[in-house]
Amino acid sequence: MSTARVTPTANTVVRAEQSLPARIAARLGGGLLRVFLVVVGLFWLMPTVGLLLSSLRDKSDIAASGWWQVFAHPAQLTTESYSTLFANDKVMQSLLTTALITVPATVLVILIGALAGYAFAWLDFPGRDWWFMVVVGLLVVPVQVALIPVAKLFNTLGIFESTVGVVLFHTAFGLPFAVFLLRNFFAEIPRELLEAARLDGAGELRLFTRVVLPLGGPAIASLGIFQFLWVWNDMLVALIFADSGNPPITVALQQQVRQFGDNVDILASGAFLSMIVPLAVFFAFQRQFVSGVMAGAVK
Amino acid sequence: MLGTRPWIAACFLLPALALLGALVVYPIGYSLYRSLFDASGDGFVGADNYQEVFTDDRIRTALRNNVVWVVVAPAVATALGLIFAVLTERVRWGTAFKLVVFMPMAISMLAAGIIFRLVYEQNPDRGVANAVWVGIHDTFAAPAPYPGARPRPNGDLTASDGGSYTTRGAVRAGTAVALPLVAVKPEDVGGAKEAIPARDVAGKVTGTVWMDFTRGGGGTAGKIDAGEKALAGVTVEAVKDGRAVASATTAGDGTFTLPPAADGARLRLPAANFAAAYNGVDWLGPTLVTPSIIGAYIWMWAGFAMVLIAAGLAGVPRELLEAARVDGANEWQVFRRVTVPLLAPVLAVVVVTLMINVLKIFDLVYIIAPGSSLDNANVLALQLYQSSFGTNVNQGVGSAIAVLLLLLVLPVVVVNVRRIRREKEGRR
Repeated sequence: MSTARVTPTANTVVRAEQSLPARIAARLGGGLLRVFLVVVGLFWLMPTVGLLLSSLRDKSDIAASGWWQVFAHPAQLTTESYSTLFANDKVMQSLLTTALITVPATVLVILIGALAGYAFAWLDFPGRDWWFMVVVGLLVVPVQVALIPVAKLFNTLGIFESTVGVVLFHTAFGLPFAVFLLRNFFAEIPRELLEAARLDGAGELRLFTRVVLPLGGPAIASLGIFQFLWVWNDMLVALIFADSGNPPITVALQQQVRQFGDNVDILASGAFLSMIVPLAVFFAFQRQFVSGVMAGAVK
Repeated sequence: MLGTRPWIAACFLLPALALLGALVVYPIGYSLYRSLFDASGDGFVGADNYQEVFTDDRIRTALRNNVVWVVVAPAVATALGLIFAVLTERVRWGTAFKLVVFMPMAISMLAAGIIFRLVYEQNPDRGVANAVWVGIHDTFAAPAPYPGARPRPNGDLTASDGGSYTTRGAVRAGTAVALPLVAVKPEDVGGAKEAIPARDVAGKVTGTVWMDFTRGGGGTAGKIDAGEKALAGVTVEAVKDGRAVASATTAGDGTFTLPPAADGARLRLPAANFAAAYNGVDWLGPTLVTPSIIGAYIWMWAGFAMVLIAAGLAGVPRELLEAARVDGANEWQVFRRVTVPLLAPVLAVVVVTLMINVLKIFDLVYIIAPGSSLDNANVLALQLYQSSFGTNVNQGVGSAIAVLLLLLVLPVVVVNVRRIRREKEGRR
């Protein structure tokens, strides 16, 4: 941080030496830059605002004019779409299904990933580095490769079109990243800490739950948020492996998309509702999310 | 190492390896095997499925679109991310800006797809993209004042080439001309004045353009009856030998005056008066659907590039930039010659990550493309889904596409493994 403190001073010194026209140009450029960034920012917000305002309008109003008309006619604002949505049992049930898929898939990936990550970081076994390379190699395997074979496998096991199947699939495909991230983080734990615990008579399992897991907090948080958003937002895996009679929200909404105009009220409000949880997670855990994204840049 | 026994390690690894083995590794092998068999799965067909991938029209469209995706989307998203990352460093509220641009990454492709279905609505009254586009278009090219208007059949005005209307006979200076039109939309003459006959002016060609329709009936065709509306703002051209020699625009009362040069010419009302209102771009039509969906993807992922590049930028030594500035480099030169080269490794990671991501694109295409242009927007992951699930499927072809996708990401696997091995060796 100390270097960051020094830089502005150096900057000011340089600035002071500049000629008057250069300073005016810099000032003007700064103004233009601000305008540009504000315009881009508004441009980036516009689609989301459009969805929100559309979801707060009557179906007939949506069919007649664009969402920006609410600025001229604020009386158009209504929560009717949301009333329709909340009265729709199928959509409400689908939100619950989404949660029932996302939470176990997140917990499992953390748990199983942490066990393996610890083994790769601190336990002895033959071919350890080689196995780790294999796991890293699996990082970029596209889920598409597994769709047909796993559908067949789940069919045999009787868990095709079930929540269990979706959870297992997401756990498996979340594991390479989980193992990769946690191994690297666990490897940084000071050896003395683990050896001291071992001397105190702690077994491997105890060491894992009492020392490694608590110390791994930041990495586990990043991983958890990443996996949570990944699974919550998934549509493809659920489209194939979820119970089509009791699908998660993404699939439930997708089923309405082919009649977009007819269902625009449910789609707009439903899409916004499905975004609330991820957005809340995103805003609450920005830092962890960002570090997860950075670590996951290979996925 | 802590000197533990291997069987303990095995217990820790077992759940992960079992899941990875059954649901990731085994499927790779099965896909390879399955891709060599026909739709039923019984008949061995060798490389036929692969041949079909490269000859079937729909799959070839998918391949072509995937190439466009892989070339365009990562490049544009990274370029935008770079620009945003560099510029936000200079404003105090840069973090707020980053938050706004990064936010779409947190939402599902389904939600983004629905968002952009609304954005890309064809009707400019509903879709914001076309509303803006039509607004820009009409600023530079004034919209036609009376779309759809035309003369009565068998009148003096007849249709000439390209949607314009021309008088049969030549006009004479000093005698006012009547140019009646019908089929004018009521909303286009909402506040129009009543039409009046033009005065005869010696040496000049005068006339009136009006809506030859009396509300409530009555009136005579071709005559300006009381209450008939004037058509203001209509362009009238005098044409001799196919060339316009003079032109005028009608006033609020529908009258126009042409200079003496128009004497003996024929009068033409150009098509621009009557062209249908500009309706914007068919964003989700067959030709533009893929670029439009790429636009939605960039909206989602430019933030990803921006955040990674901003992190890289934070690691760039400020002294280098300052040194370049002191040496007299302007901001563009600093950016081009110092910042970008220093960021090259980060940029490479971002582009490669986005390329892998784009190869697997499915949800956005499936949601945004309307049924009518879904085939034009086809991509490999979508084709794989359609070939493998639903009715009339061929999982042999589906598996071949899966193997193809895997082959396309394979170079990245090698790079990743190499990079990590190097890092580990560096640490020892």
